Amino acid sequence: MRSKGFAKHYYAMLIPGFIWLTLFSIVPMFGIMIAFQDYNPGAGVFGSEFVGLETFRYMFELSDTVNVFFNTIFIAIMKIIGNLIVPLVFALMLNEVRYMRLKRSIQTIVYLPHFLSWVILGGVLLDIFAYGGPINQLLEAFGINPILFFGRADLFPFLVVGSDVWKEFGFNTIIYLAALTGINPALYEAAGIDGASRLRMLWHVTLPGIRTTAVLLAVLSLGNVLNAGFDQIFNLYNPLVYSTGDIIDTWVYRAGLLNLQYELATAVGLLKSVAGFILISLSYYMAYRFTNYRIF
Amino acid sequence: MLRSKSLSSKIADAVLISILVAIALTCVLPLWYTLSLSFSSKTAAAAGAVALWPVEFNFNSYQQLLQDSQFFKSFWISIQRVVLGAGLNFIIVPLMAYPLSKTVKDFKGRNVLMWTLIFTMLFNGGLIPLYLTVKAYGLMNSVWALVLVGGAQTIVFNIILTINFFRNLPSSLEEAALVDGAGPWYILTKLFIPLSIPVLATVSLFSIVYHWNEFLYGLIFMTREEFYPLQTYIQQLVVSVDPSTMTEDQYKRMSELSNRTLDAAKIFIAMIPVLVVYPFLQKYFIHGITLGSVKE
Repeated sequence: MRSKGFAKHYYAMLIPGFIWLTLFSIVPMFGIMIAFQDYNPGAGVFGSEFVGLETFRYMFELSDTVNVFFNTIFIAIMKIIGNLIVPLVFALMLNEVRYMRLKRSIQTIVYLPHFLSWVILGGVLLDIFAYGGPINQLLEAFGINPILFFGRADLFPFLVVGSDVWKEFGFNTIIYLAALTGINPALYEAAGIDGASRLRMLWHVTLPGIRTTAVLLAVLSLGNVLNAGFDQIFNLYNPLVYSTGDIIDTWVYRAGLLNLQYELATAVGLLKSVAGFILISLSYYMAYRFTNYRIF
Repeated sequence: MLRSKSLSSKIADAVLISILVAIALTCVLPLWYTLSLSFSSKTAAAAGAVALWPVEFNFNSYQQLLQDSQFFKSFWISIQRVVLGAGLNFIIVPLMAYPLSKTVKDFKGRNVLMWTLIFTMLFNGGLIPLYLTVKAYGLMNSVWALVLVGGAQTIVFNIILTINFFRNLPSSLEEAALVDGAGPWYILTKLFIPLSIPVLATVSLFSIVYHWNEFLYGLIFMTREEFYPLQTYIQQLVVSVDPSTMTEDQYKRMSELSNRTLDAAKIFIAMIPVLVVYPFLQKYFIHGITLGSVKE
C-alpha cells in the first residue's frame, strides 16, 4: 500500500488539536487533587497540605449533599423519560402527515427552541409564567387564582422537566424520523393489501421498524442520570426553590465560586464526574451489546 | 404509503394536523409574546395588559437599547467569540478526524489516541479546577478563555461525528487518489473536505450556536461587566437573582418591578442571529446528524 510513511503526517495533523485538549481538558484534571487537600491558593495545587478523605467525610455530614443528589437524579430521570417518549409520539404523528410542505414547516418551527439558549428561554419563561403574566391571566379567566409558578418549590421540578421537554422534543424527533424513513414502503403496501387499517400499520409495521432506535436512545440516555441541566436551572431557580430545585452543578457553583469552599466544591464535582463517567461507559457498552451500535 | 380516501381517514388527518399545528404554535407563541412585550408601553407591560399584540405600540425599548453601550460591547465580544470558536472548530475537526478515521492497520497509534480523546470528552476535573487553570494561564478577561475552554469541551463530539462521516465515504475514492500519487494532505484538503460539506456545516452550526449561547464561562472568567459576552450580560441583567436569601414577596415584587419591556427587547435582539442562521442549515444538520451516526 502507498500509505506507508503517512504516519508522520497523521501525527502532524493531530498535534495542534492534542495540544489544545491537553491544556484545556487534561491539565485541569490534575486540579481534582484539591478535593484531597486543605487547599491554600498561595501554595497552589502542588504545594497544599494533603488531608486524605477529610473533605468527603465532611461532605456526607452535610444535609445539603443528600438533598442535592436526590434532586439531580429525580429531575434527570424525569427528563430522560419525557425526552424519550414525547419526541417518539410526535415523530409518529408527523409521519402520518402527507402534505410535505406542511410537514417541513412544522419541523422547522419545532426545532427552533433547541437552538436558543437557556438565558433567552429562561427570560421568556419567567415572563410568561410571571405573577401577572399571560399564563396567570388565562388561569384567571377560568376563575383560578394567580400562581407564583417559579417561586413554588412543589411545582419547580415539574416546570423544569416540562420546559426542557418542550425545548428539545423537536430536535430529538430528527433521529426517530430518520428511522421512520428507513422502513421499507413495501411493508406498508403489503399490509394495505391485507386490509390493515392505519392504526394496525402503526402497530405492526411502524413500531417494530423503529424499535432498535428507541432501545438505543433509551440505553444511551442512561449516561445522563446525573445531568439535570445546569444552564436551565441556573437561569430559572431562586432561593425559594432550593429545597427541590438545587442540583449538584448549581450547588457546586455556589459553594465554590461564591462561597469559595474550593475543596468541598471540587470533591462534589469529582464525585459527579466519576459517577457520570462510569454511567456513560456502561451505557455505551450496553448499546454495543444490545444493538451492536458503536458511537466511535 | 397508501393514500386512503375514506371520510374517517380525512377526519383523522384533520384532527392530527390540528394537534401538530397547536404543538408547533407553543414553540413560537412564547417568543412572539416577548416580541409584543418589547413593543408595548412600560405601564401596559407592568399592568399585565399585553397578550398576543403589543399594547400602546412604540419603539421606546429599542431607542433605550441603542443608548446602552454595554449591550453593543457584549454583542461584539460574542461575535468575536463565535468567529474565533467556529473558525478553530472548522480547522481542527477535519485535521483530527481524518487520521483518526483510519484503521489501526493504516495508522498504528490510532486507538490509543482515540481513547485519549474519548476520555477528555467523558471525564472532567469539574468547575473549580477549570477556573484555577484558566487563572493560572493568565487568560482571565480574555475572549480566548471563552473560545478555548468551551471549544475543548465540544470539539470531541464534533470530531466523532466527522470520523463517522469520513468512514462512510467510498474507500475507492481514496484508493484512486493514492494510485495517482496523492499524499495525505492533498487527500484531506482536496478530496475529503469538499465531500464532507454536510457534516462540516453541521458541526459548524453546533459550534456557532454553542459559542453564541454559552454564558457560564463569561460569568466565571470575566471579572468585569465590560468583558461579558452577550448571553452573560443578559443573564446578569434579566434572570439573575440574589442567590443567598429571598422571600416570596420579594420574588413576586421582583418579577413585577423589573424593566420588562427593555429586557424583552434585549432578549429578542439576542435571538436574531440564531433565528437567521438555523433554517438555512436545516437540510445539512438533519443529513449530518443521521449520516454521522450510521455505522458500517
